Amino acid sequence: MSPRTAWTIALPYLAFFLLPLGWLALTSFWPDAELARPLPSHLTLENHAAALAGGGLARAVLNSLLVSGATAALALALAAPAAFAIARLGVRGGRALLAAALAVSMFPPIATAAPLYAALRAARLLDTLPGLVLPYTSFSVPLALWLVTGTFRALPLELYRAARVDGCTPLGAFRRVLLPLAAPGVATAGLLVFVFAWNELLYAVTFLTSPSRRTVPVALALFGGEFRDPFVVLAAASMLATVPVVAIAVLFQRRVVAGLTAGAVKG
Amino acid sequence: MSVAGVRLELESLAKSYGGVPALRGVSLSVGDGKLVAVVGPSGCGKSTLLSLVAGLDAPDAGVIRIDGRVVNDLSPRERDVAMVFQSYALYPHMTVRRNLAFPLDVAGVPRREIAARVEEVAALLGLAPLLDRRPAALSGGQRQRVALGRALVRRPKVFLLDEPLSNLDAALRLGVRAELKKLHERLGATFVYVTHDQAEAMTLADRIAVLRDGALEQVGTPREIYGAPATAFVARFVGTPPVNLVAPEVLGLPEGPIDVALRPEDLRVSREAGAAGLAARVWLVEPMGSETWVTVERAGARLVARCEAAFDAPPGAPVRLGFDPRRLQRFERETGRRVVPDRPG
Repeated sequence: MSPRTAWTIALPYLAFFLLPLGWLALTSFWPDAELARPLPSHLTLENHAAALAGGGLARAVLNSLLVSGATAALALALAAPAAFAIARLGVRGGRALLAAALAVSMFPPIATAAPLYAALRAARLLDTLPGLVLPYTSFSVPLALWLVTGTFRALPLELYRAARVDGCTPLGAFRRVLLPLAAPGVATAGLLVFVFAWNELLYAVTFLTSPSRRTVPVALALFGGEFRDPFVVLAAASMLATVPVVAIAVLFQRRVVAGLTAGAVKG
Repeated sequence: MSVAGVRLELESLAKSYGGVPALRGVSLSVGDGKLVAVVGPSGCGKSTLLSLVAGLDAPDAGVIRIDGRVVNDLSPRERDVAMVFQSYALYPHMTVRRNLAFPLDVAGVPRREIAARVEEVAALLGLAPLLDRRPAALSGGQRQRVALGRALVRRPKVFLLDEPLSNLDAALRLGVRAELKKLHERLGATFVYVTHDQAEAMTLADRIAVLRDGALEQVGTPREIYGAPATAFVARFVGTPPVNLVAPEVLGLPEGPIDVALRPEDLRVSREAGAAGLAARVWLVEPMGSETWVTVERAGARLVARCEAAFDAPPGAPVRLGFDPRRLQRFERETGRRVVPDRPG
């Protein structure tokens, strides 16, 4: 494919995603009083200041970082050893386990919201951040398990066998040889889980009641109730809340690209 | 640097995967400091044999003894064997130095001793200038030496080599083959060398074990394997060009329930008019430089002869064949087993 053809296909696609984001960014700098005009006469940071006023948004970003980070870490800690066992140790029922995990991840979250609510209340985890991390983790482990199992399977079997002959226990071979080599795939899984947890609204709005524990999607969804005329301020808040996750994605980008194309190209 | 070799004994080893037998009762004894080559076509069970000895797989039945000690229930690390893999299996995220140090590192050897032993092995194999490179930045031959070094650095009791030369190009292979032989002589360690290449086995091994469908066909010195093959399979497997295995009437002998085998160097082809021997026609002439391989047709069968370099003839040219009947080997057609000749008088 020539670069020209590639761009012809890619540009509309990129525009579809980036134009609304660009418009949102522009809106966030739009002076409130000029909302009726086709274009603003000047740009302002007042909206961002208003969005940050009171500290509710900053608190929500911090909460989201904590919840998403903990979810990603916990999901990987559970999925990576399990994926290794399925891919390399010949665990009986490994395939059945993968299928079951897939089935679990297909479950509509709305169907589990009520029972989970009851369970969290019984465990006294309602309206706490750990109470959000647990269901998030249970929903993201299947995704992480599939991705990381694929990564481990793509690593040559002889590497594992070499590590064993060189004196490693199975767990030692996992830690010293396979895990470092699977890092791109593991990072990909971690990022996808992080973004999933960052975006989740249903559980967050159901299980959290205190304003100080709101995550970003909840804070944005409930923005209207707290401000007089929130349109441009909401745009500014959305922009500010997107920055951390974009920053993390860019940080991991190189590894993620490597992870998504792992096995496609040799070397 | 030298390693005390030990005796490796396999007794009635059996292993199947999902009901398909890979090894059916293999018994083999490798003397200390010897190099035994295990040869056979792909799928004959050679790699399974190595996996069992290394402890990467457990046998269904049979006993593995290293230095007189039964090791069936020991993990790979407790067996003290090293292995060189066909793909080399170098750790791509580590430098050559860390690859070489890895087995010692895992074993908890003190840092200073690791450094000394890595230097020693690197010097032995000419890897010193490459120590800080990663495997991806090495040529095939260099990777092969690193894989060998990683096995050597442990000074193990037994070395297992799984097709170590098969990923090298032909020009490099002969050089490394010679290096391996000198290395084995110098180390005095016990080697089990798996290959599908009969020439490698012939040149390197003290003894050759020919494996077929999971069972041993024959174990013997290279000379025994070549000169007195126990079965038609073994006869066909060793030698280049391959042995002529034909019905006896092709060579003008009485019919019978046997096949006869004649090595290409034992078949004489003559173009002289009026020469004695069996009539045949030239089918193909292949000059090899130092000699010429001539394929002839007779009674619907093709026979290969190694002739002098100057031999030349157009296809279809009439020739006469001669051979010394004492060089013939006979095999039962049904079982492939060698018929022991009746010693005359």
